[in-house]
Amino acid sequence: MNKIYSKIESIVGNVIAVKAQDVAYGELAQVKTRYGMSLAETIRLDGDMVYLQVFAGGRGVSTGDEVRFLGHPMQVSFSDNLMGRIFDGAGEPRDGGPVLSDNLVTIAGPSVNPYKRIIPREMIRTGIPMIDVFNTLVKSQKLPIFSVSGEPYNPLLARIAMQAEVDLIVLGGMGLKYDDYLFFRDTLEQGGALSKTIMFVHTAADPIVECLMVPDISLAVAERFALKGKNVLVLLTDMTNFADALKEIAITQEQVPSNRGYPGDLYSQLAARYEKAVDFSDAGSITILAVTTMPGDDVTHPVPDNTGYITEGQFYLHGGHIEPFGSLSRLKQMVNGKTRDDHRSIMDAMIKLFAAYRDTLEKKSMGFQMSAWDRKLLKYGELFEQRMMDLSVNVPLEKALDQCWGILAECFEPRETGLRSDLIQKFWVGNE
Amino acid sequence: MTEGFVTAVNGNMVSVSTDGVVTMNEVAYIEAGNKSLKSEVIRIRGNSVQVQVYEMTKGIRVGDSVRFTNDLLSVELGPGLLGQIYDGLQNPLPEIAEKVGYFLEPGLYLKALSRDTTWHFTPLAKEDDLLQRGMAVGWVPELHFKHIIMLPFDFYGEWSVTKILPEGDYTIDDVIAEVSDAKGNKRQVRMWFSWPVKRAVDCYSERLKPADPLVTKTRIIDTFFPVAKGGTYCIPGPFGAGKTVLQQVTSRHAEVDIVLIAACGERAGEVVETLKEFPQIIDPKTGRALMERTVIICNTSSMPVAAREASVYTAVTIAEYYRQMGLDVLLLADSTSRWAQAMREMSGRLEEIPGEEAFPAYLESVIAAFYERAGIVRLYDGKTGSVTIGGTVSPAGGNFEEPVTQATLKVVGAFHGLSRERSDARKYPSIHPLDSWSKYDGIMPQQAVHYAHTFLEHGAEVGAMMKVVGEEGTSLEDYVVYLKSEFLDAVYLQQNSFDPVDAAVSPSRQKHVFELVLKILASHITFKDKEDARNFFYELRQTMLDLNGTPEDSDMFVSLYKKVKEALMERKPEFEDRGLKAIKALE
Repeated sequence: MNKIYSKIESIVGNVIAVKAQDVAYGELAQVKTRYGMSLAETIRLDGDMVYLQVFAGGRGVSTGDEVRFLGHPMQVSFSDNLMGRIFDGAGEPRDGGPVLSDNLVTIAGPSVNPYKRIIPREMIRTGIPMIDVFNTLVKSQKLPIFSVSGEPYNPLLARIAMQAEVDLIVLGGMGLKYDDYLFFRDTLEQGGALSKTIMFVHTAADPIVECLMVPDISLAVAERFALKGKNVLVLLTDMTNFADALKEIAITQEQVPSNRGYPGDLYSQLAARYEKAVDFSDAGSITILAVTTMPGDDVTHPVPDNTGYITEGQFYLHGGHIEPFGSLSRLKQMVNGKTRDDHRSIMDAMIKLFAAYRDTLEKKSMGFQMSAWDRKLLKYGELFEQRMMDLSVNVPLEKALDQCWGILAECFEPRETGLRSDLIQKFWVGNE
Repeated sequence: MTEGFVTAVNGNMVSVSTDGVVTMNEVAYIEAGNKSLKSEVIRIRGNSVQVQVYEMTKGIRVGDSVRFTNDLLSVELGPGLLGQIYDGLQNPLPEIAEKVGYFLEPGLYLKALSRDTTWHFTPLAKEDDLLQRGMAVGWVPELHFKHIIMLPFDFYGEWSVTKILPEGDYTIDDVIAEVSDAKGNKRQVRMWFSWPVKRAVDCYSERLKPADPLVTKTRIIDTFFPVAKGGTYCIPGPFGAGKTVLQQVTSRHAEVDIVLIAACGERAGEVVETLKEFPQIIDPKTGRALMERTVIICNTSSMPVAAREASVYTAVTIAEYYRQMGLDVLLLADSTSRWAQAMREMSGRLEEIPGEEAFPAYLESVIAAFYERAGIVRLYDGKTGSVTIGGTVSPAGGNFEEPVTQATLKVVGAFHGLSRERSDARKYPSIHPLDSWSKYDGIMPQQAVHYAHTFLEHGAEVGAMMKVVGEEGTSLEDYVVYLKSEFLDAVYLQQNSFDPVDAAVSPSRQKHVFELVLKILASHITFKDKEDARNFFYELRQTMLDLNGTPEDSDMFVSLYKKVKEALMERKPEFEDRGLKAIKALE
């Protein structure tokens, strides 16, 4: 039986220290306080002193409380029973369902051998034209959604969760407002997607340490399902809260901060999570979409900046829609050549014209006179925003491509679009 | 052998208590459960030794025993390195995958070189020959290279050959020769030996000044910001500016014998592209797969941080080894910032006093020492060999003022600064023509390059002015300068790396086309108005872009070249004196 220690030597922030022998780095313990039981993780060993990070926080922990080591690192139960369930950051049920404790797997395992990875090759259909047509999401891709507080990034995630053509969704919430948590739960339930979803939710009211566990626990579960052949989409919101939790804990640990108070290993910490995205050659895959709110809409802030270096592009959610400029899926080239032969060309042409529309808007706002061409562009821009950029639009890729041709035909002559003649002959709306 | 036991664990730093002899930077193994985890001594204070562990430290307990090896972190050098894919500690990744499947296994270390493969050995030294370290003992064919088997680099002094095996097939573990020195010490020579990664290989008679250009076949580099064989250069740039693509293109087309790719703390996906595609791409120079001239050292961002630091040293040591055979080696490190960050993490754990942005105070000297391992050297047999180092830098927020970029700029010979502005405008490669510089001589005469560069400077000034006063407020003369700079940018600086022809441009073709571009820049044409000028340059641009996509030896190329020339002469241009001199310098 595991030994129980009943004298806590120090309590600093969320970290307690006990004198104990034969404890492994990373080992889990239970701390029994007057407010109930909490898990704690060993984060430092120094002689016979063991430092533990208490999930429920240091508040209310007494020096006389009991600590019992469990002899294993943080684990999560993995089975098909997870489907449709909601847990908190410590893996405890949040939905009133039974506690799961069979088939435990260790979280934050070693990384995938690069030699075993394959070049991504399949798209994930989301039914959102701004993604499918213009910045195609690719299986095994890791993409952040850069946004600002107040933008509808959570509704966007919920929409993707309901529409994306994947086998399984794992949703990790970090520092979510309670309303947002309820929003996700209710929306997925009504949309009928809850049964293929597993949620690990840390709300803003929960202890900060649990926030740190959410990505690891979500990805560990996703990894297991992927190994069983499932294509898993992991949605994380909001990674900035995760980074802030890292910062908070690093500072209370008296670590030297590097940039705006964030710890020096922020890049490695984020990379360790994002790099879990993978396509196994003969099993399933993990794709990661993670909301990253940018404080002050500043892309050079350490969190979006480090994220940008790790991920394969980004969606930029601004003004209530996915911005055509600033958004980029680096892997789209690998898949959009084999969807339909007009896909690439129409994508480029639409974006070029939209850029021209933006220029015209600027000219208009400065009071310049509008030419006939300008008026065409204004009409085009309006239709584009309505039919393509609106987040509530849900159409399959092929239909979205047809709509693109439709918009072009409504606004322009074929030769004004800069599209190759063979494509115009094949696809132009109104052709005989 | 010295032993000790664990007293503290903090992240990937472990403290060990020992009363034996310990060497700084020696390798130690921590026995945690059923695993031995590799680590390196980074601080010694009395009986307390701090080691950085090259693996995740989960599971280590206070009291676990530690075994010191008395060897510094070393790599195995010998035939069989080419075409390999190693992690930062030289573990062959394909074999690890074969053994344990999808995931990397902490504590699993495999031999870097196969002990079973036989190599056809031909002796070059005879009995009684006097040899120094690094001198040839014999050779084996390794793919299409003549791999020289050298007297190991740590055989200091003079050795006479007492025995050498005749030509035949041997494994690298066979003793192929025996040598003895004046004092009668005897040593055995095998086809492989190990060398500590953090010591520069110094078996050569002198270091030379880098003078010959290293041809990358990227126009903006070869013509405007050249790199020399044995030189150093850096590519800083914000995320998404195309650092990695630029390095991939260089690794494919650079005219060198061997390419070392050190993927250090970056995305795994990018390495995957290289390692899946290189075996398929044929190198036109040798007719063999590109992979056969490549060694990949890969420690991606989610692999253990401490090994990230080791990976760049592992790569440079292998590069130096092949240099010793008289080959030109190019080392591409992507990205050195991640390596610097690994140092920062460890420095923080050691509770050292932090420097700027919490980087350790020794950051600059460590970066300088690394880049100084590049160079062109004259070997004992009179041949030359070179190591060229190109490192990317990922500055936080794309701001070049940060410590890693600044420390790197101090020691490199060329600076290829990537700009977000250019990459947003899809102008690739996004090397900024006004911010970047090179101290090396390239394939073009200085005068000609300088002349072309003045147009870029003036054009940028006019462009900035035009943003304020509009096109109407700009004089026709200024406007033409602006159009010329845009023209030069579009048809010469920008290059389409996905186009089979445009992706790699030979030096002779560069000269040929550059001459035509210079002629256009030097021309004085009287235009009716701005519209007329714009149409003229747009038309030239279109033809030039077609030209860029046409193979040099085709009739199409000749006719397009002629078409541009004729379009220019039709306007009856006069030529500027300085321009004519620049063109003359090209010949």
